[in-house]
Amino acid sequence: MSSVESFSLEKGRGGGGTGLERSTERITLLRMVFGCAAIGALLTAALFAPWIAPHDPTLDDLFLINMPPAWLNDDLAYFGIESAWAYPLGTDSLGRDVASRLIYGARLAMIVGVSVACLAALAGVTLGALAGFYGGWIDNVISRIVDVWLSFPPVLLSIILVAMLGTTLTSVIIVVAVIDWTRFARVVRADVLQQRSRDYIDAARIAGGSDLSILIREVLPNVLPLLVTLFFFEIGIAITVETILSFVSLSVSSGAATWGDMIAEGRRVINEAWWVMAFPVGALVITILGLNAMGDALRFYLDPVLRK
Amino acid sequence: MARLLVTIGSIFLTLLGVSVVIFVILRLVPGDPISMMLPPGATDEVRANLERLYGLDKSIPAQYVIWLRNVAWLDFGMSTQFRLPVMEIILDRLPATLELVLLASLIALALAFAFSVLAVWLQVDSATLAIDGLAGLAQAIPDFLWALIFILAVTLFAPMMPISGRFDPRTAQDFATNFYLLESLVTFRIDAFAELARYAVLPALALGLPLAAGITRVLKGALEEAMAQDYVMLAQTKGKSRLAIVLGEALRNAMIPTIALTSVQLTFLIGGTVLIERQFSWPGIGSTAISAVINRDLPLIQGIVLVFALIFILINLASNELYRAADPRLRTVR
Repeated sequence: MSSVESFSLEKGRGGGGTGLERSTERITLLRMVFGCAAIGALLTAALFAPWIAPHDPTLDDLFLINMPPAWLNDDLAYFGIESAWAYPLGTDSLGRDVASRLIYGARLAMIVGVSVACLAALAGVTLGALAGFYGGWIDNVISRIVDVWLSFPPVLLSIILVAMLGTTLTSVIIVVAVIDWTRFARVVRADVLQQRSRDYIDAARIAGGSDLSILIREVLPNVLPLLVTLFFFEIGIAITVETILSFVSLSVSSGAATWGDMIAEGRRVINEAWWVMAFPVGALVITILGLNAMGDALRFYLDPVLRK
Repeated sequence: MARLLVTIGSIFLTLLGVSVVIFVILRLVPGDPISMMLPPGATDEVRANLERLYGLDKSIPAQYVIWLRNVAWLDFGMSTQFRLPVMEIILDRLPATLELVLLASLIALALAFAFSVLAVWLQVDSATLAIDGLAGLAQAIPDFLWALIFILAVTLFAPMMPISGRFDPRTAQDFATNFYLLESLVTFRIDAFAELARYAVLPALALGLPLAAGITRVLKGALEEAMAQDYVMLAQTKGKSRLAIVLGEALRNAMIPTIALTSVQLTFLIGGTVLIERQFSWPGIGSTAISAVINRDLPLIQGIVLVFALIFILINLASNELYRAADPRLRTVR
């Protein structure tokens, strides 16, 4: 294509292009704000659960079964309580306070999400960077392992592994990390492979840098924006997988206040008490969207190439 | 020819790796299938007999060799839970899963096609942003959550819509094959088809939404790129409308890279059936797999995992080949 034509094309689309860019920038800022708010709320709930939660999340009360959320509760006399707002989001089929369970569930979700993301990132970045940086047989072996990993349906594999390791918090964290490290490994390998052939690597080598120092000081900072995004995504994925495991009653022992346990219970009583399932589902959706928005926005601000 | 041999070799190598990993993992699972089959108060002798029957009295490597030899003859052993050959159970339930996957892919394709053509045709910032936003939303929320959202919405607002099973259990299904949807369509039993589709549409939509978003992103980009080419200018000077150019000229060129780039995402959709089937009580191999794990039905789990692995590997290979075919520059590179 000649330069004249491409110029005219650029001009033809130019007006819309910059407007779109400006809108994209504004939306990214909005998503950042939304992400901060969602993650802030989640962290607050997780850290201060005992002080925020109005009730003990595991305390059942057979006189308060399936009580609707406060604004729908017009039968105070029947339940024998003074104010509906004592149980703002209603109660479940055992009379446990939905709001308190939601808040304590955030704590567990946060523990699982952050631990898994750290473990998976550590393993994935190490193996992916080694494979991408050295190539050859190291790359072959690691890539083959990743291939085998990707040939399992991930949900099925996690269910099998949890059935094997037992349903404790630690085993759930280990299982999700063991399954998801490939996500980091693949991305980091591809990125390092690309960076390896750049001039600045040769320059660092001539300056006398060792492999390890080049990898850590030169290559990894360039991979960082992508890693941050992936890290936030992974927290969301880990929280979802924990919910899924609870849903098939294989996570942290049943009855504990987890979103997955609430959802599984809510699915059973959905025709009598929809709110038992609706609130944890809503919390999970907002959490995932918040983490995604945060990851995307941070990448946008951290990556100078993308911002241009 | 040599490349074909290498490809086939690598399929077998990966499958072998998968089978070793799953075999070892399953042998380490606490809880033993024999205890689940025994009636209370069974003698040690009965127990030993059953262990011998299912080959569980031998060492793990010996068990693996026996199992592998049988698999070579397509014999995956007996399910301890159903007391039927694993192969029979898989063949019986695979059609339900395949129909769900097919419907979900069609829904994903249709949605992606409609939205990307709309965005490129309108060429309005607000529409582009709205469609990007929708795609982002559809992709960020996993299929498991979409399914829950649909179940909630149906319960609250459309209680007549079925959210469990493949058909109304009160009606008899007199089909020759297990492909109910396809068979009713091919034999023009429209009423039966509509009834079956009502059961299938929600699980298929939950499965298909994330894929629809993935395809939309790629297809929209490819269409935009195609619309900036010289032949579009030529068509414009001939006086063709923008929609005609998008559908007639750009789409054809955008299709191949889109299929090549998104076909690999089909594996996510197929992996998703495990949970979606469980959530909607869909009688496919996914929900069977979960019940097999819960009931420690080792032969059945091994069989189903291998079937999934084979499907995943074939899709990955096909998508590599498509990618290679779509981009002539890659053809010479090995």
